Amino acid sequence: MIYTLCFVLFLIGLYCAITKKNIVKIVIGLTLMEYSANLFLILLGYRKGGVAPIVSENMNITEFLATSVDPLPQALVLTSIVIGLGVTTLAIAICIRLYEKYGTFDITEIRRLKG
Amino acid sequence: MGEEIYLFITLIFIILGALVAVETRSLLSSVISLGAVGFGLSIAFLLLMAPDLAIVQIAVEVILLIFLIRATIGRDVVPTTGHINWISLSIVSLLIVAFLLIGIYSFRSLLEFGTPIISAVGEAPSNSYIENGLSRTGAANIVTSVILDYRAYDTLGEATVLFTAILGALTVLRVRSRRELGGRR
Repeated sequence: MIYTLCFVLFLIGLYCAITKKNIVKIVIGLTLMEYSANLFLILLGYRKGGVAPIVSENMNITEFLATSVDPLPQALVLTSIVIGLGVTTLAIAICIRLYEKYGTFDITEIRRLKG
Repeated sequence: MGEEIYLFITLIFIILGALVAVETRSLLSSVISLGAVGFGLSIAFLLLMAPDLAIVQIAVEVILLIFLIRATIGRDVVPTTGHINWISLSIVSLLIVAFLLIGIYSFRSLLEFGTPIISAVGEAPSNSYIENGLSRTGAANIVTSVILDYRAYDTLGEATVLFTAILGALTVLRVRSRRELGGRR
C-alpha cells in the first residue's frame, strides 16, 4: 500500500513531464520523479519498529543489529539528493537562458534552435 | 497499522501537494507547492528513521526553492491555452494507468513493508556495516561511516558531479561571452 502511494507520486511526475508545455513544469515533474525514487529506496530499507542507524552508549551491538534500519540505502540516497540538486539547478539555469532568448517558457514556441 | 498511520498521512499530503504543483495555473504557486512536497518528504524521512536525510533534504529544498523562485518570479506570462489534444492526452492517461497496474502487480514480489532485505539475507553488506562500523571506523553514526569510509569513492564522484553541474550552470548563466566583451562592444 505504501509502495503504491510512492509509485503514484512517480506517475504524477511522469504525467507532468510528458504532457505539460511549460518548461518549468517539466522541471518540476522531473524533480517529483526524483523525490519518489529516493523515497522508495528508503522505504525498502525500513524495519518496523526500528531505530536510526546511530550507535548510542548503552547499546548492545547484537541488539543493535536486530533493530537498526538499513544504513546503506540512506547513505546512497544522501548522495543522490545532492546530485539531484545539481542537476535541477543546471536545468533551471537553462530555463532562465531560454526565457531571456525567446521571451517565453512555452516549448511549442521555442523552435528556432540555432547557435 | 499503528505507527505507519503517520507515514500514510504524510504520503497523502505529499501526493496532494504534487497534484497542486502539477495542475495549478500560476507558476509561482506551482513552485511553492513543490516546496511543500519537499518538506513533506523531509518529514517522511524522519518517520522512516533517517535523520541525516531529513536534514539534507531541508537544506537542498531551500536552495532549490530559491533558484526556482528566481526563475519564475515576475515572468508569470499568460498560461498556455490553445486547444487540448484529447487523443494524445487519453493515450498518455491509458499508458499511465497501465504502468500503475504493472507496478502494483510487481510490488507483490517484494518483501512486505517493514521487513528490510538485510533481515532476510544474512550476508548482506549492511549487516557487516552495522556490526563492525563503530569498531572499524570509529563513527557512531553508521550512515556517516558508510559515506565517508566504506564508500568514500562514491562521495568523491558525487563531489565531481556536483562541481560539474554548478560549473555548467555558471557557464550557461554568464551574462556576456568573452568575444562580445572584447570584440563587438
